[in-house]
Amino acid sequence: MFQISLVSSVRVTQRRRPQQNKMSQQAVDGVPRRGKVLTLDNMNPNVKRVEYAVRGPIVQRAVQIEKELREGIKKPFTEVIKANIGDAHAMGQKPITFLRQVLALCSYPELLEDDKFPSDAKKRARRILEACGGHSIGAYSASQGIECIRQDVAAFIERRDGGIPSNPDNIFLSTGASDAIVTMLKLLVCGEGRDRTGVMISIPQYPLYSAALADLGAVQINYYLDEDKCWGLDVTELKRALNEARQHCDPRVLCIINPGNPTGQVQSRKCIEDVIRFAKEEHLFLMADEVYQENVYAENCKFHSFKKVLFEMGPEFSSTVEMASFHSTSKCYMGECGFRGGYMELINLDPEVKAQLIKLVSVRLCPPIPGQALLDLVVNPPQPNEPSYTTFTKERTAVLATLAEKAQLTEQIFNTVPGITCNPVQGAMYTFPRITLPQKAIDEAKVPDMFYCMRLLEEEGICLVPGSGFGQREGTLHFRLVQRLRQSHYTLDFFFGPPSLCPSTARVLSYRSGESGSKFISLL
Amino acid sequence: MATEMSVLHKISSNVKKEAAYAVLDRQATRIKEELRQGARKPYKEVIDVYWGNPHRTGMKPLSFVRQVLAACLYPELMKGDKLPADVRQKAQGLLGECSGGSVGCYTATAGTPEIVHRLSEFITRRDGGVPSHPENIFISPGSQWSLANIFKVLVNREAPTRTGVLAPVPCYSTSALSIEELGGAVVPYYLSEEQGWELQVEELHRALESAKGACNPVALYVINPGNPSGHVQSRKSMQEVIRFVSEKRLFLLADEVYQDCVHGEKSGFVSYKRVLAEMGPLLADTVELASFHSVSKGCMGECGLRGGYVELVNLDPAVMKHIYILCSTDSCAPVLGQIALDLMVNPPQPGDPSYPLYDVETQHIRTTLRHNVKRAHAVLNSLPGFCCQPVEGGAFAFPRLDLPPKAVQKAKEAGLQPDLFYVIRLLEEAGVLVSPGSEYRQKEGTYHIRFCIMMPQHIMEEVLRRLERFHTKFMKDFS
Repeated sequence: MFQISLVSSVRVTQRRRPQQNKMSQQAVDGVPRRGKVLTLDNMNPNVKRVEYAVRGPIVQRAVQIEKELREGIKKPFTEVIKANIGDAHAMGQKPITFLRQVLALCSYPELLEDDKFPSDAKKRARRILEACGGHSIGAYSASQGIECIRQDVAAFIERRDGGIPSNPDNIFLSTGASDAIVTMLKLLVCGEGRDRTGVMISIPQYPLYSAALADLGAVQINYYLDEDKCWGLDVTELKRALNEARQHCDPRVLCIINPGNPTGQVQSRKCIEDVIRFAKEEHLFLMADEVYQENVYAENCKFHSFKKVLFEMGPEFSSTVEMASFHSTSKCYMGECGFRGGYMELINLDPEVKAQLIKLVSVRLCPPIPGQALLDLVVNPPQPNEPSYTTFTKERTAVLATLAEKAQLTEQIFNTVPGITCNPVQGAMYTFPRITLPQKAIDEAKVPDMFYCMRLLEEEGICLVPGSGFGQREGTLHFRLVQRLRQSHYTLDFFFGPPSLCPSTARVLSYRSGESGSKFISLL
Repeated sequence: MATEMSVLHKISSNVKKEAAYAVLDRQATRIKEELRQGARKPYKEVIDVYWGNPHRTGMKPLSFVRQVLAACLYPELMKGDKLPADVRQKAQGLLGECSGGSVGCYTATAGTPEIVHRLSEFITRRDGGVPSHPENIFISPGSQWSLANIFKVLVNREAPTRTGVLAPVPCYSTSALSIEELGGAVVPYYLSEEQGWELQVEELHRALESAKGACNPVALYVINPGNPSGHVQSRKSMQEVIRFVSEKRLFLLADEVYQDCVHGEKSGFVSYKRVLAEMGPLLADTVELASFHSVSKGCMGECGLRGGYVELVNLDPAVMKHIYILCSTDSCAPVLGQIALDLMVNPPQPGDPSYPLYDVETQHIRTTLRHNVKRAHAVLNSLPGFCCQPVEGGAFAFPRLDLPPKAVQKAKEAGLQPDLFYVIRLLEEAGVLVSPGSEYRQKEGTYHIRFCIMMPQHIMEEVLRRLERFHTKFMKDFS
């Protein structure tokens, strides 16, 4: 089975373990010991190929360091700053009051008698509970998700897309967008050898995609975003990747993340049209990951949903291109990652295939009901005539404004540090700067950006994810940092590299911060 | 339609044909619509006892659990005295364990470390002191999710022979589907119906033998208490299973989600982990075991929260590393599900303010289940054409249907499994939705139905009343 490896000189490879798990019998203290039944040799080899840098070795080491700090071991810092995962509430974003009120009412309906809850919250809670089996969020729902919530999601999509119809039967609620993405890939990946399904994904990409493709034994087809053009996507690059891939697999899927993760770019309308045209010409299933659709900051950028653009391109496209769009409750102004709420909308899916999909999602029974309820509120927020509207709007605006401010500031700050360049952060919630390391560091390290990040963790207590975890052009190095929201005070501490690798930036640091002891990154 | 140009007309061959539930669900939807439009039927509503979905069938959630969840969701509720002190304390503690103090945050991959730790303490208590290590526990969105992950590790699609997993007949349908979806083969071993659905080790040997040449069996999947069988395994039987997997070098998967649903007076649940530990180090230190539990069943019945876990014993540390990475791609289990698990294993204790109500509620649930089991057993066994083994545990009754040859013939003419034919008729004529035995596999030539018994007593009575009436007429019509 072929698999295109990430074209980067810094790819981490799994070393095979020595033969310590053979079925030979060795006596220990006179008791015969047998080898394991389940070993590296006989387990599913695809699982061995799965990597997920967002929760990878750096993060595991960070957790270990936190443990050591708790045990009183002295370090050059007093806390680890975890800027590795897009976890909004952990980064300081506050939950939206209205959402939590309704969810509390759904959990403990006795609270419906409590005057402290506004009437619009109670109304929504009652409606959701009515739709739940036995009026309880503890009952399984249909595998596709609660029907009235799917109807609400369809209505939301129609409003968002200027009236273009959305059919609730084509909406599948899921356990986070990731669950829906993996389910679609499961459905799509088939064939053997040269006919094995190839899936196009951007480089850099969110490593759920590479992990899922490795897990399924699919062929990963990389297309490169252009760092020099603000991570823009060019159809000529798509064509190049596709033509090369056709020699050893059967390309059938094109995945695109918009706004991008980790890159934060927001694709232009023209670009989206080009991608749709390409998908049609090349007969590809389009997967549009749009979980950051409300995280758009740059003034000259706007989110265009793939569905809207598809339909506005006319029936030649809208009745033929097969597509799935994904959204989630984990990002945007909600940031409710812990609920695992999400959905996908399917366009032009073959009805027979849809029947198979329904069967496939039944294996996981149903998505968590609290996540479904939360999604319902996101697509059905308070209206201007409702009591919670003012507070809700205020909170939502504040969150988005803060994220926008930080995006701008982060980019500015990084571009002042020698050895670091950063594209404008147009959307999402990350920065993905490029770093230049001293040649010595590159020569010494097997994976230079992993090495850099590990040193940064050990020396400064900052946890990031190296660019190699997302994929990058050969010879380039990056890291991904999540924007944090410390609102107590504006501290202009500059980001710097680990002193052992980057003495020049360390000097910048000591000049600016003016204090010894723990230096921490506070990207406002 | 896009059928001609469909990219997807070639889809993964592992996803197979339509399940019976889809057929019945469509029928139920149609009937409900007809009822809504005023159609006259011998019943006013459809009673759905197809799945093990206790809240849907009218069981109530536990107050303590829901109060804690509400306080965690909306911490404002902790101000003042409206909620009992232990609820507020518990919620405070739980929020302190969440990153950013919010249930909206991701947790560590295997679950919030403190919750995982408390799970390991529970397991140790449950098993009379047998140690449980937190690093061997992974919380997931429901037990089926963990089960699928472990199957995924076991099923090797690159091996020259297809991977096989021994699974019981009858067996919970989702588990079997999971194995097949991954490209594995289910190797059936038949539980002995006449002996109360006992697992007989000779049958395991036969099943393993039958797999020779067909596939490479790597694991044995047991469900205890059984679904749909309702059988609770004896210690002796469990020891035989353990010796079998050790001898035949199989991985043991013990689905124990019904461990809190034991109704019979004679039977008691003991975990596979405990039995294994008591069999001496040669077995206890070598047999590779995965045990599964969940908040979906028992007194909690919180299926919709999606909280479950797997405990892995004696696995190769190198394999464990990969299991960790695999789980990390799912991010983490829903936080409310994790909290529900914690509350399940750390309920209110005597002396706590919430204890009296908690005690009343759980006693009521247990009494209801015991009553329902007795009634279902009695009614079913009083009807000619039904034969129900004792329901010692689990959430279902799984009586055998002795269908008259005419009915079997009629079914075959309609292209339906005979028990599905019966179930479709039952739904149409009596408004009761149960599942056909064919969904769970069964011995050739036998037919069964499965229905949930976790519901308020008066609803159970209504189900039995309708079933009795329908069955009597059916048997007469086809005699």
